[in-house]
Amino acid sequence: MEVIYNFLEMILPFECMSYIFMKNALIAIVLITPIFAMLGTMVVNNKLAFFSDALGHSALTGIAIGMLFGITNINISMILFAIIFAVLLNSVKRRTSYSADTIISVFSSIAMALGLAMLAKTGNFNKYSSYLVGDILSITAQEIGYLVIAVIVVLIVWRYIFNKLNSMSINSALAKSKGINIVLIDNIFVILIALVVMISIRWIGILLINSLIILPAAASRNISKNMRQYHLFSVIFALFSGITGLIISYYNDIPTGPMIVIISGVLYFITFYLKKVIKE
Amino acid sequence: MGDKKICGLHCTKINNISVKVGKQEILKNINIHIHCGELTVLIGQNGAGKTTLLKAILGEIPHKGKVVFLDMKENKKKNIRIGYVPQSINIEKHMPTTVYDMVASFITQKPVCFKKDKKVYTRIEKQLQLFGAESLIEKSIGDLSGGELQRVLLAVATTPIPNLLILDEPVSGIDKNGIEDFFETVNRIKSEYDMSIILVSHNLELVKKYADKVILLDKQIVKEGSVEEVYSSKEFRTRFGEV
Repeated sequence: MEVIYNFLEMILPFECMSYIFMKNALIAIVLITPIFAMLGTMVVNNKLAFFSDALGHSALTGIAIGMLFGITNINISMILFAIIFAVLLNSVKRRTSYSADTIISVFSSIAMALGLAMLAKTGNFNKYSSYLVGDILSITAQEIGYLVIAVIVVLIVWRYIFNKLNSMSINSALAKSKGINIVLIDNIFVILIALVVMISIRWIGILLINSLIILPAAASRNISKNMRQYHLFSVIFALFSGITGLIISYYNDIPTGPMIVIISGVLYFITFYLKKVIKE
Repeated sequence: MGDKKICGLHCTKINNISVKVGKQEILKNINIHIHCGELTVLIGQNGAGKTTLLKAILGEIPHKGKVVFLDMKENKKKNIRIGYVPQSINIEKHMPTTVYDMVASFITQKPVCFKKDKKVYTRIEKQLQLFGAESLIEKSIGDLSGGELQRVLLAVATTPIPNLLILDEPVSGIDKNGIEDFFETVNRIKSEYDMSIILVSHNLELVKKYADKVILLDKQIVKEGSVEEVYSSKEFRTRFGEV
């Protein structure tokens, strides 16, 4: 860790970088945002934006249920619940003829309400209300370790499922005719999102996490002509808004999460305008 | 790839396919036997179950019965490889996906988001060439015309060469010449490759010109045989009149 800290001080000669918590936050951002940006490309292409939002909302329920069963490590109960939530939601979505947004909305509101009610009942609401907006400045070196594992897992899975996901986003019947097990791939993808979202929700916050998935990818989609550009710009936008958001928030006393999202939002509108120039 | 000649020794059997939605029977006891190198065309009025049958063969919807692929050279059943060209696919404009990205995603494992693979690129270019679409490789799929997209879809469906190619004739976005081109292409790949083709068509004129076998569908097979046999039948005339 020392080596990394020194390196960060060298490349970012800002006063704020002399604090350990800022260094930790920066490392966390450099790890999380590109992963969100990558997942985001396929979330956007597969029209799952609303789905990943609902997934974030299930975090509090995960914590509450975990407490009910006496699971002390809330990370585990959150991840488990999110995975069950995601797979269940997926299967209900496939089986009904209702439009997906209705089903997702039903699940999302129930999960949120249930979580809040259970936490309030057990007197734990105040303790976990910080999960709503998150606090990246409180991340520790050990917790960064979990993020590193998550990054590695995502990269490995991405290697195997990316083309399949992309095929499915173009046309699922065609993907199926090519022998792609679309139900399995779809489930692996949502489990992956559940995992990453839950590992980082404490730092980013329930209310903001979906913007980190959607905004960089959506901005990149505005100006990209092929898949490589789409991925690359998405990652660059995410890193840029993450790092500048952290630094600006430090000097202006604004919470970091919202600042990152605001910058992503600005990037989105800039690319939205550029789209006309580039593509038309 | 292109030097394989039709041998007539492979056949695809569609055995007793029935499809029910709720209590309503949409397809009843469909039996079709196709040899390689044959163009079998499904015709029928709207709602006759043509697309449903394709979906059942593809395994996309719950159904009874099955599809068997027989290799008579080796005299055994094999797993069938099916290629499919849907009637149309909706592609948003401004998708950050080129024809290369799309085809490579369907036919290879290496993630197209990291690096362009030269070998794959050449392979796709060659395959597109078969359908006169090699110049489209760098084009965004959202900008393709109906006919261009159809050719790209044919390239996807025929890589690798399938045993059975299922085609749903495009009805919109393609002009009259485009449809004739489509039939011409299908006719050409039929004679160049060792595969059976099932085509759903609404264009009775072109079916007359190109089909080897015609199946008239109306929830079940009401008439099948050569073009002359089917077109001169009572069943055909009551549905379509004289053609």
